[in-house]
Amino acid sequence: MSNLVEIRDLHFSYGDRPILQNLSMDFPRGKLIAVMGGSGSGKTTVLRLIGGQIKPQRGTVAVNGEVVNRLDTDGLYRLRRKMGMLFQFGALFTDLTVFENVAFPLREHTDLPEELIRDLVLMRLNAVGLRNAAGLKPNEISGGMARRVALARAVALDPALIMYDEPFAGLDPISMGVTANLIRNLNDALGSTSILVSHDVNETFLIADYVYFLSAGKIVAAGTPDEMRRSTDPYVKQFVNAEPDGPVPFHYPGKSLAEDLGLGAKP
Amino acid sequence: MTNPLAFVGGGVLDMFARVGVVTRSFLGLAAKAPGALRRPALISEQIHFIGNYSLLIITVSGLFVGMVLGLQGYYTLSQFGASEKLGQLVALSLLRELGPVVTALLFAGRAGTSLTAEIGLMKAGEQLTAMEMMAVNPIQRVLAPRFWAGLIAMPVLAAVFSAIGVIGGYLVGVQLIGVDEGAFWSQMQANIDVRADILNGVIKSFVFGIAVTFTALFQGYEAQPTPEGVSRATTRTVVIASLMVLGLDFVMTALMFNK
Repeated sequence: MSNLVEIRDLHFSYGDRPILQNLSMDFPRGKLIAVMGGSGSGKTTVLRLIGGQIKPQRGTVAVNGEVVNRLDTDGLYRLRRKMGMLFQFGALFTDLTVFENVAFPLREHTDLPEELIRDLVLMRLNAVGLRNAAGLKPNEISGGMARRVALARAVALDPALIMYDEPFAGLDPISMGVTANLIRNLNDALGSTSILVSHDVNETFLIADYVYFLSAGKIVAAGTPDEMRRSTDPYVKQFVNAEPDGPVPFHYPGKSLAEDLGLGAKP
Repeated sequence: MTNPLAFVGGGVLDMFARVGVVTRSFLGLAAKAPGALRRPALISEQIHFIGNYSLLIITVSGLFVGMVLGLQGYYTLSQFGASEKLGQLVALSLLRELGPVVTALLFAGRAGTSLTAEIGLMKAGEQLTAMEMMAVNPIQRVLAPRFWAGLIAMPVLAAVFSAIGVIGGYLVGVQLIGVDEGAFWSQMQANIDVRADILNGVIKSFVFGIAVTFTALFQGYEAQPTPEGVSRATTRTVVIASLMVLGLDFVMTALMFNK
């Protein structure tokens, strides 16, 4: 099977509010696939559905041939051992040091001797450039460093699938470039499949193999970063070129300014 | 206008649903709790956090409560010429009621609130979700060790409270007021029953430990993941746990001391 993750005819809503509608996506093995779109487009919801944190009302999400939304808790936890996830702000355990954060999945899921855990953790931290920060607490490191520690933790068990939820949010340009390179390099070094949710066009287009554009819970465009740059689709053009107005209007929908100010002919 | 019958019915259904959620959560925690015993280091770490950090407030409060009991007891007993009974009065009051109850109330305020805030902030910072995504059950890894720690720490703290309280009563009654020292201790020794008084007090504090710790953990786990949500959950912990302690105390007192 060439796809590690397959989404078919997915429908998800919070109450009466639809978030994703008739969504079908493929995530081939070994590739870095980006899911892009504006705030509220449903891209983080896609990650949560793949991770089994929420269940769709209709359709299927399959990871490595297993339908996530039909698994029981034990099955879900078994599947999650093959997944790594980087949360938007790292979600590091604040009472543990950088070292202990990265060691956490190893301690929980393996019976490795302490010496081997130490070596593995230091290698992971070395890969993200933070070996010498092993003894620090999360409140003693910067946001960019926290993101890199979380990345080291996410790949601690060599997952087949790594999910990134807005990994560039709130980072300075240097940290952003470092994080983007790490995501690409780790994907290639580990031979894993990566799903990158982001609205950061430059960094994402630099490292992604394929891009899905979501708007209002639907795929509006898909292709390689080069194809997306050349796209004539109005939504993609507005998004890629950061245009203030277009298919995504500047003004929140509602009455016009003239109506609100009582201008124009009165009945 | 809302139909009054529907309003009342809706309220009752909501209440039953809430009781169901709480019961299911308690049973879920109880089911995961034995698994946490396989990692005693996590439990001892929490006993240190919950118990050791509560020790100062428990010790100081116990001393003052014992001293006040010594004063008040002496004023009342001396009117009947029974001031030598002071040791018995101080010890019985502490072992049967004040030790377990006041310790539980202080425990809810000191350890309960910190447990709720800690779990609530872990939830707000997506730490619990991150744990779930790492295939680690947060109920077993985070809540269960804290539950055991509360269960173990609470009776020990209540015992410390009562012991320090007796010393407070002794300092005021014997050293300050001048009640006969031999009468103080011998009356206490002769009239305190290990099963009826000490064991019942320990059972009470154990039950309070379950109630307060579960309330604190549940409120933190169910908190809205916002600063306001965590703040509200912390307040709810104190209110609900305190009322539960007082209500349970009445029920247990009626069952234990009904001769």
